[in-house]
Amino acid sequence: MKSYSVAKRLYMLMVYGFLYIPIIILIIYSFNSSMYSASVWEGFTLNWYKKLFTNSPLLASVGNSLLLAASSATIATVIGTLGAVGFFRFRFTGKNFLYVLIYIVMMSPDIVMGISLLVLFIALNIPLGFWTLTITHITFSLPFVVITLFTRLSGFDKHIVEAAKDLGADEFRTFLHIIFPMLTPAVAAGWLLSFTISMDDAIGSFFVTGPDFEILPLRIYSMVRLGVKPEINALSTLIFLLSLTLVIISRLLMKEKKDPDM
Amino acid sequence: MNESKIFRRITIGIIAFWLIVFVFFPNILVFAVSFLTRDEAHLIAFRITLENYLRIADPIYLRALANSFVMALVTTVCCIIIAFPFSYILSRIKSKNKNILLLLIVIPFWTSALIRTYAIKTILTTNGIINAFLLKTGVISEPLNMLYTGGAVIVGLVYTLLPFMILPLYAALEKVDIRLIEAAHDLGAGKRQTFIRIIIPLSSPGIIAGSMLVFLPALGLFYIPDILGGSKTLLLGNLIKNQFMDARNWPFGSAVSVTLTALMALLLLANYRTIKSASQKGII
Repeated sequence: MKSYSVAKRLYMLMVYGFLYIPIIILIIYSFNSSMYSASVWEGFTLNWYKKLFTNSPLLASVGNSLLLAASSATIATVIGTLGAVGFFRFRFTGKNFLYVLIYIVMMSPDIVMGISLLVLFIALNIPLGFWTLTITHITFSLPFVVITLFTRLSGFDKHIVEAAKDLGADEFRTFLHIIFPMLTPAVAAGWLLSFTISMDDAIGSFFVTGPDFEILPLRIYSMVRLGVKPEINALSTLIFLLSLTLVIISRLLMKEKKDPDM
Repeated sequence: MNESKIFRRITIGIIAFWLIVFVFFPNILVFAVSFLTRDEAHLIAFRITLENYLRIADPIYLRALANSFVMALVTTVCCIIIAFPFSYILSRIKSKNKNILLLLIVIPFWTSALIRTYAIKTILTTNGIINAFLLKTGVISEPLNMLYTGGAVIVGLVYTLLPFMILPLYAALEKVDIRLIEAAHDLGAGKRQTFIRIIIPLSSPGIIAGSMLVFLPALGLFYIPDILGGSKTLLLGNLIKNQFMDARNWPFGSAVSVTLTALMALLLLANYRTIKSASQKGII
């Protein structure tokens, strides 16, 4: 049986290797001083990182993306939190219809959502740029916020809410003093996930972006299409580390829940 | 109780407004546009036609469509083959480190797919690490042209979408009652028989959920062929993108998008029961 378990371990290692080795290589070669080669190691350098911090259009796009991610994540979290509480507390007609719409956003390929929003913005004559990107990113993040919060709410002891109502609290007070404090970690996790979605979204943004507001994922897209450059390796390393940090924080926030599922 | 009513209106009202205006309405618009005519000056002319849908049947587009389906299907099958043993082993591990092992699968899920595609590009290029290794060990004497091929696109798609197969499969396999497997063994079933007759049927909601989560995005991820396939291999996503951004034929682009959505709806409906039971069991 021993060799069987060795084979199992080896298989798992191979899959993890497949998922992580390309990223690890990318990170290592972001410190390689060779300009042209993606395989020959010519010595350690921080030049590519320095180069990034003097590339002002790139820095501007980073600033734009951070602003966009922070605003869309905040709005998506507010709408999603209130929505999840509404779904949890009330019965109403059309509830299933709203579930279906959330499901559509989750299942539709991003490109389908992207062009549908583009058609809407053009039909309503909304100029493409910051606002159209914000709306798109909120729409993409909303299902994830709702689901994160709804999962949390479903784990609640309903008696606590009933007790609050028996003691005379109305819905709003119950929300403010009972539900919201218990939800805080999930709200923070939802915000971080929305932030990550916004920082990474290239497909939806591709369609609804305007000429005056360039964002990081689209800048990366145009750089990456041109070829392999050590500068892009350095940039990718930084973004990967940022996403990694955000994901780990959001997981830690949700950890109080027992099950390890998504 | 008036405040309660206001609270109720606000919580339900805002999200309902958002979903109707920015999800329901835009999809209806695309559906409508797909029946209109292209116009050079104003993008769209209000003449109702079925021409856009008939055009999809044109051999050029039909080939692109078929090609795209084959790519997505191959990607899905590769993902199942890689993910099934992995998820099975993972679901049977009883270790403190299991949460970390799971987190390592979740992380790629949340990190930029664009950057991960670029990472694949760096190792596949002519002067990338795979060629360097093969040249050094003398397996090949000339660097291989791996980039800008259909194979590179498949590798990129599998790499990007594998976690979407692993997670639902893991969730389904974890819920398979070990006693059923033991019972099968007690009743004389061999390993193979147990696998085919017990494990696969019991994990089928996971297989179906995972396949949907891989197959559908695989049709739309236009930047993967752009970066790894040199735009030689078209996906449905590239076709839609080109119609919207380059050819500026929105009605035709919309018709392709509606076709993609209809296909998605069809797949969802066909698997309605399995998906419903999967979501009740918390697999997706």
